[in-house]
Parts: sequence; structure tokens; C-alpha cells
Amino acid sequence: MSSSAEILSQAFTLGYTYTRSTGPIVGQFLTALRDRKMVGIKGSDGKVLMPPVEFDPVSAQALSDFVDVADCGVVQTWSWVSEPRKAHPSDKPFAWALIKLDGADTPMLHWVDADDAAQMSTGMRVKARWAEKTQGLISDINGFVPEATALSEDYQANEAEEPITGIDSPSYLTYNFTAGGATARYLAELKKGKLVGQRCPSCENVYIPPRGSCAACGVATTDEVELTNKATVESFTIVYIPIPNNPIKPPYVIANLVLDGANISFLHLLSECKNEDVRIGMRVEAVWKPEEEWGYAMENIQYFKPIDEPDVPVEEIGKLKKGGR
Amino acid sequence: MAQLAAVVGVGQTKYKTKRGDVSIAGLVREAAQNALNDAQLTWDDIDAVILGKAPDMFEGVIMPELYLTDALGCNGKPMLRVHTAGSVGGSTAIVAASYVQSGVFKRILTVSFEKQSESNAMWALSNPQPFSPHLNAGAGGYFAPIIREYMRRSNAPYDAGIKVAVKDRLHGAKNPLAHLQLPEITMKEVEDSPMLWEPLRFLEACPSSDGACAMVIANEDLAEQSPGKPAWIRGAAMRSEPTMYAGREQVNPQAGRDCAKDVYKQAGIDNPRKDLDCAEVYVPFSWYEPMWLENLGFAEDGKGWELTMSGATSLLEGGDIPWNCSGGVLSSNPIGASGMIRFAEAAQQVRGEAGDHQVDGAKTALGHAYGGGAQFYSMWVVSSEKH
Amino acid sequence: MRDVAIVAFAQSDCVRDAGARNEVELIMPVLQEVYKQTGINSAQDVDFTCSGSCDYQQGAAFAFVAGVDALGAVPPIKESHVEMDAAWALYESWLKIQMGQAESALIYGFGKSSPGELPIVLSQQLDPYYLAPLWVDTIAFAAMQARVMLEQGLITEAEMAEVVARSRKNAANNPHAQLKGDVSVDELLAEPEYESPLRRHDCCPISDGACAMIICTVEKAKEWGKPYAVIKGIDHRIETHHIGSRDLTQSISTKQAAEAAGVAQGPVDIAELYAPFSHQEIILRRALNLSDDTKVNPSGGVLAGNVMMASGLSRIGEVAMRLINGEGKRGVAHATSGPCLQQNLVTVLEAQ
Repeated sequence: MSSSAEILSQAFTLGYTYTRSTGPIVGQFLTALRDRKMVGIKGSDGKVLMPPVEFDPVSAQALSDFVDVADCGVVQTWSWVSEPRKAHPSDKPFAWALIKLDGADTPMLHWVDADDAAQMSTGMRVKARWAEKTQGLISDINGFVPEATALSEDYQANEAEEPITGIDSPSYLTYNFTAGGATARYLAELKKGKLVGQRCPSCENVYIPPRGSCAACGVATTDEVELTNKATVESFTIVYIPIPNNPIKPPYVIANLVLDGANISFLHLLSECKNEDVRIGMRVEAVWKPEEEWGYAMENIQYFKPIDEPDVPVEEIGKLKKGGR
Repeated sequence: MAQLAAVVGVGQTKYKTKRGDVSIAGLVREAAQNALNDAQLTWDDIDAVILGKAPDMFEGVIMPELYLTDALGCNGKPMLRVHTAGSVGGSTAIVAASYVQSGVFKRILTVSFEKQSESNAMWALSNPQPFSPHLNAGAGGYFAPIIREYMRRSNAPYDAGIKVAVKDRLHGAKNPLAHLQLPEITMKEVEDSPMLWEPLRFLEACPSSDGACAMVIANEDLAEQSPGKPAWIRGAAMRSEPTMYAGREQVNPQAGRDCAKDVYKQAGIDNPRKDLDCAEVYVPFSWYEPMWLENLGFAEDGKGWELTMSGATSLLEGGDIPWNCSGGVLSSNPIGASGMIRFAEAAQQVRGEAGDHQVDGAKTALGHAYGGGAQFYSMWVVSSEKH
Repeated sequence: MRDVAIVAFAQSDCVRDAGARNEVELIMPVLQEVYKQTGINSAQDVDFTCSGSCDYQQGAAFAFVAGVDALGAVPPIKESHVEMDAAWALYESWLKIQMGQAESALIYGFGKSSPGELPIVLSQQLDPYYLAPLWVDTIAFAAMQARVMLEQGLITEAEMAEVVARSRKNAANNPHAQLKGDVSVDELLAEPEYESPLRRHDCCPISDGACAMIICTVEKAKEWGKPYAVIKGIDHRIETHHIGSRDLTQSISTKQAAEAAGVAQGPVDIAELYAPFSHQEIILRRALNLSDDTKVNPSGGVLAGNVMMASGLSRIGEVAMRLINGEGKRGVAHATSGPCLQQNLVTVLEAQ
């Protein structure tokens, strides 16, 4: 191993606002919530299940018999969150609870806004605190509160009358991603303007970018090999649709490029040529961004451009000599 | 030795861009209930449920088998969740079959689904991570250069892909469940459709669909007692290879060739074009028909496009080896289910249950799925005959 | 059912943050270790390979695809993957051996939970309309379950602390454990509550790591000439996701799996239980009807280190290795998934 590993970490968000269709059963419950009402559903055994499920947990039968349920009931069990997480519905300490609403036979999960854990007890009565503005979401219940709590009922009137058939469900998770060892070493060199691949100790093929192993042999690649800026086009496509969140304007060429001395291709952009002139076997070289813009990214290379060298015969491209040509 | 097993019930949903009328559970349930109805069974008759789908990011529900337990009548039963990328629908069917072929279970339900309209397929398949070394231009950006290399090698005419795009949509027009219904489609219309990833045009690529597919698989005794005709599983095989390795053959991947050989050997097939009556093969981009014709041994290397152009793979042109009579992935593509739809449609053909897209007298059929960077394969051969 | 032999097992250390190691770099060392134990060279030398992992742990789709890079899968291999704990990958492999399609199999599980906020990530495995939008996390469910147990007099806080003290003590002999040491019940009970009624030590830690196992027919184990333990029974069950319809004080699906796997057919010397929360170990001991003679979680269990997606398989590996080492004749291993032990897998193992 030639260089010591730098640890590269970066936060990222995996997120999407999902567009969920609810189907009639979930939809009817959410529609009732929007009207600040609770409904349960009768199970196969006649018990009232909350919140209404589409299919009976025991008989598996499709359920459809809705029953009105009160918006107050009894805490059956609870936990106390002394350190709320960012995603939680309350930013001050609160309780999660299973609450059996009057008229229901099974408890539902929601949260309880209580002053402290001492105010919570199993068997306590709570009531729903409705959101000022309801939308047909489980969060239309802005938590439950101890039943004696006075609530202002200054609600915004609901104008929507169409039943709920779909909801937007934002799900954004944050991660702090750390690059693997092989990637970190590769990117550290790239930041210095160098293309450094790794050679398999077993089959001697050279991988760039290295992925931590020679996938063919299943062994770690450790020997580092500095490669040149020159490459051969193994194949390519002309892309006519934009890449989400990417400034490159279509149509542009994406090519599978095999760097001289490497035994594997990677995808990169091809530019400074007419799209229709690109061909398999064409010789190209990397065009780097200005040095001050270099980071830990393949984007340090803006694109590859054609160079005045004869094409590589097609039958030689995929079959470069082991250990580099 | 593996015990005999057969498909005794098949259920599918209608495939659409967005099934806005159902929840995720409702979608999955619809296919499962249809399969039970087809087999004339109830939930109590099922011993285990095997569920498959592609990445959880499509719906944002992690390990959704937990939430889907009740919709699939699985309370108190075994539930297993398979994920092998795009091949998952096929792999799930194979894992499900092994529950029965092992003799451990008598009759199981297997379901695959994707509700792609809950998010965006391009996002879910390629959400960018930091330090990712790859430039991402979607699945088409990955596969288009491989198709270009196939065209170069085989000297195929530019319109072989167009021919497949038309043929599979005309097949799909015979299948009321197919997402795209394009009975009037022409070669010119496909050729004039926008270029996405040259050489791939818009109409040469699969749609994004919501949908689910389910099958009931039973052991020999129960299959024989089943009211409908069983589709006997004569062979099942899977193969995997890494996405990238030095010297990898990407146009005609070895994993696909090996998998086909394996499944043919189990099913006693010497010549797939002759010995099979039809095939349901995972063709998400038109050019993958000629490529897979070669990979699966229906044509010699470089000659797959000739079969396509001759009409051999077209049901409507009376071809001798119709491919994707259901319309295939080019007509409906709920990714996680797409592989199982291929397997189930193969079963429907040999059961004589394929309706307007039935191949007359079909006895033996291939179901095929692939995924990842064309690196994961699953295949089965089903037959109306037990041996 | 034919007996299936476990001939090799390896696990990485459980660490809070594996840092600059990607999937392949986490998996390769444990694969090399099981190859060495078995005397083979790569995944090419077994008939089937199956893995377990979860994309959301790291937040990347297709985590398992990168895992294939660790296998040396050229020429192509017979391979599959479950988006579950690798204990279920073992189950899939076990079926392949039962049906005669494989004589041997490699199973591995891996998880890198450190990049995300795991309890919040796991909230997204709940009902997507009623629960996930509230971001109710796994700890909350466990805490509510513990309270039901406590208030019904089915457990005491001291019993929960005893589970933790024993875990820390046992883990002292486990080089892979993350949390270990001598700590008394009184000291534990003096700790403040974290998510009442749970204290921080009642909850398993979050760990990165991987594990791998090789199983085969008894004939193949003899051919390889390696010591082995055998799987006598294995079964898995799930129960309803509707939390209000469940009796949280017991694990019905564990009971069902135990019965099908034949746990009661003999004395149990060793048990490794996947109990991410202290009170759940007590629920599981009761569901499995284990006597006081059973040594429970001699490794320290997952309270000493919990690599999600690998921990279930590790429980089975731990029992197998202890049986091979002569620590007992018959053992039980358990794996779980979902809120409040919604899904469970039980394996019965015997020494040879």
C-alpha cells in the first residue's frame, strides 16, 4: 500500500416526497381526520380495529365496515422521549403511546403532549388535539393531550370536500457517507491531478476507479498504478435527455473509456468534437478543470476530447494486455 | 432430489403508470387474491409467502414485507423477501419454488410488485451518493453503449430494434393487462419518436408502471388435484457475475449463457428454438431481443437480429418461436414484478390460459429475467407435461 | 429433512463506525476467514451463495450488488440475496440443500449503520400511512412493550438489568464485542432512564460489521474433513403488523417457529437470542421455553454489539462454533426483524 488512507466523509440526504395513493380504506380514515373525526373498522370477529386496516390481521379478509370512534380514550402503554430527535413530531420531551379510543377495541399509536413523564400514566385519559389546519394526514392529530387540558377550538374551516385518495409523504433521511478505502485513496490522488488505479495481485488487471477488490478474483487490490490522461473509446451513447440536477445540456456524449494502462472502462463525457464524429476506437485525452477547482471528484476532469492519434483497432480495445498496455 | 412443483394459480394486476385507486397493500393484494381465485384456494390453504421487489427506495418503505404481512394473509406463517435487482421477480419465483421442491412446504404464494408512481424510477435507481465515481445517465445511459457495440459487431440493420418495439406493442395490445395499449403502432412512429440515448429511441424503451404479479406453487399431489391445469416447473436456474471486471463480455454476458445452459439441461432442452414453444424474456430496451436471442442460444452469435427481422419471434406474423406474447417489459414494467410477470406468463402459455395472446398448443415455455448491469439472471422452463 | 452441517463461521468486530471501509472491504476479510476454515479458495468452491443486507442502512440502492465484487464471481456463480437479516439467507440456502440443488453454500451478511440515524431510518419500515409519517422509532416501540411487561408484573427492572449485566460479563470473553465489562445490577439500575422505561443500556448498540458462514451436506463436511455442527431444524414466522392487535407481552411467532423447528425435542445447552432490548431476551426465553440450565447469550448477544442484517446469522454461527468447541451438545439460535419482534427465525443445532 503506497499511501495512507485519508478518510473522506460527506453528509447527504436521501429524500423524496412520495406521492402515495391511499386506496379506499386508508383514504376514508384520512378523510375523517381531515374532518376532525375518528373512524375505526370492524374486524372479522366484530372488534373495532384502530386505525382502520385494509385486511383483517387474523382472517386476512378484506374489511370495509367503518364505525365511528371517539377522539378520546385511554393510554394503554407509553414511552417517554426525553431527548426528541429532529424528525420527531415534538421538539420538547413527549410520550409515544398506544391509545385505546372510546368505541375501539384495539389501541392506535400516536404521541402525547405532556409536561413531563410524571404526568403520564397507563390508564390516563387523553383526547386528540386537532391541527389548526387539517389535510388528511395522520399528523392532523397534533398529538393527544391529557383529557382535562383546555384546547382552543379555533380551527380553520375545511373547504375540500373530495375524499382523500392520495397523500404527499416527505421522507428525508440524512447520512454521513464515508468513502471506502480504495475510493478514498483514488480520490485523494485525483485531487492532486493524478489518475491512479489499482492492480489485482492475482490476475494483474488494472482497475480505475478502484472499487476495493478485483471483482473477478474477489481479492483486495492494493498496488497502485499511475495512469496517463489518454484513453480509447470502447463504446458511447449520445444522450438527449437531461440528467436530473446536472447542468450539462443535451445532446451530449457519454463514452465508456479505457485509460491507457487500464483493463476496465468507466463512463465520462466526451466534448470538443461533433457528436456524429465520435466512434468506437477513437483516441481521447482528459481535459482537467483549473487546478484551484480540484476536489475529491471525477469531475476534476471536465470531459475528454479527441486527440490526433490513429484509432485503436476494435478487437484490441476490450483485450488490453494485463498489467497495462 | 428436488420434488416436483407446479404453478397452479396466477394473478396479475392491471399495469398502469399510476394505480391511484389502491394503496401499496391493495396493489399487492389484488395480484395475490387473483392468484388464489385462479387456483380456487383461500388464504388458509397457503403455507408460506415469498415476496420480491426491487429497491425499497421506489416506495420509501423499508423491508415492506413487514407492513404487507396482513395484506398477504401471512400472520403466523413464514415470509421471505428477495431482492436481486431487476431479476428479482424471477429470482423470487425460483426461491418460492424451492420452498416446495425441498419438500418442506406443500403450497406457497409468491408475489412481486413495484409501485413506481410513489416516486420516480430514475431517482430511486440512482440517487447520487457522495464520492460516487460514476457519471449517471440512467439505465439507458448504461445500456445504450452496450447496444451500440452489439450493432457494430453484428452489422444489424438500424431498424431491428424498431421492429421489436412494434412487435411487442402489438402483442401487448392483445393483453388487456398490458400498460401500453398501442394497437396502431407503426415502424415509422417508433423511428420518429424522440431519441433518448442514441441509438435508443423513446418508443424503444420500457414504460414505468405500477403493478404486481403473484403465483401459487404447489407440490405434485396438490397440483394434480388442482382444478386448473398446472404448469410444471421443469428447470430453474440463477447466475450472477460482477458488474465490472477486466475483460467482461457485456454484450453477451457469460452469466446469461451459463444460466440458459443450466436451465435447458434440467428441462431436457437441446435446441431452445425447436424445443420451446414460446418465451417470455426480459427485454426492457428493444435491442435486447436480438442480443438475448443469441445469449439464450436461439440464434448463433451475430444472428439474433435475423430471427427478429424474419418475424420468427412474432405471434401475429405466425413466427415459430414467439417471444413476449404478453407484450413483455416494453409494454409493462413495474420493475420488481417484471421478472415474475415473465415467469407467470410462461406458465399461462403452457396452461393454455393466455387468452388472446395464447400460442396455440404451447407445451413448453421459458421465463427469463435479468438485472443490475446485465449481471443477475434467473430463468425457468415450465411445461404442460410433468416429465 | 436431511441434516445440514455448519463447517465455518467468521464475524468481524462490532464497531460503532467502520469508517473508510465500503461493503466489499467489510465483507472480504470474513469471506477469506471462512474459506480458510473450510480449506477452499473462493465462492467458486461452493454450489450456492446467498447474502442479506438492507439498502437503507447506508442509504444507497443496490448495496448487495457491490457485495458481489468480493466473491470472485468469474466464472458466474449461483447467487441470491434477501433484503433481510442473513439468517434468512441461510434459510434460503438450507432449502437449496434440502432440494438437492446444492451440496454446499456460502452465506454472508453485512451492515454499515453508522452513516445514518438508525432508529429513525428504521421508522420507515412501518406502515407508510399511519406510522412512518410520525417517525416513531424502534426504541419507542420497545419501550412501550417493556412498560406493558413491567406494569403487568411479567418482568422487573432488576431482571432487565440482570440481562444487561450478564451480557456485558459474557462479552468480556468475546473479542468481537463492542460493549463489555463487569457491571452490577445495582449500578445499572442507578443509571437514568433514557426512553422511559428503558435505560440506555437496555438498548443494543449500533454497530458496523459483517459475518460469513459455510454450510453443506454432512457427506460434504466429511469430505472436507472439518469439524461441524448440524442444523436439525429451522423455521421462521411473521405476525401481524397491526401493533394494536398484538399481545406485546409474548412472541407468538417465535413460539410457532420453535415448535416447527423442534426446540422442545431435547434439552438446550446453549441459546443465542437476537434480543435488541433487554426485556425482549426475557420474552424470547419464555417463548422458547428455555430452562434455567440453558446458557443464554454466552457471546453477550446483540446487547454487546448489533450488526443489523448480520446479527441473526451471527447468533447461529455463535451457537455452531460453541457446539463444535464442545461447550454443549444441543443449542438454539434465534433471529428477528421488525418492531417488537414481529418476525422471528429459530434454528436448532446439535454437536457431532
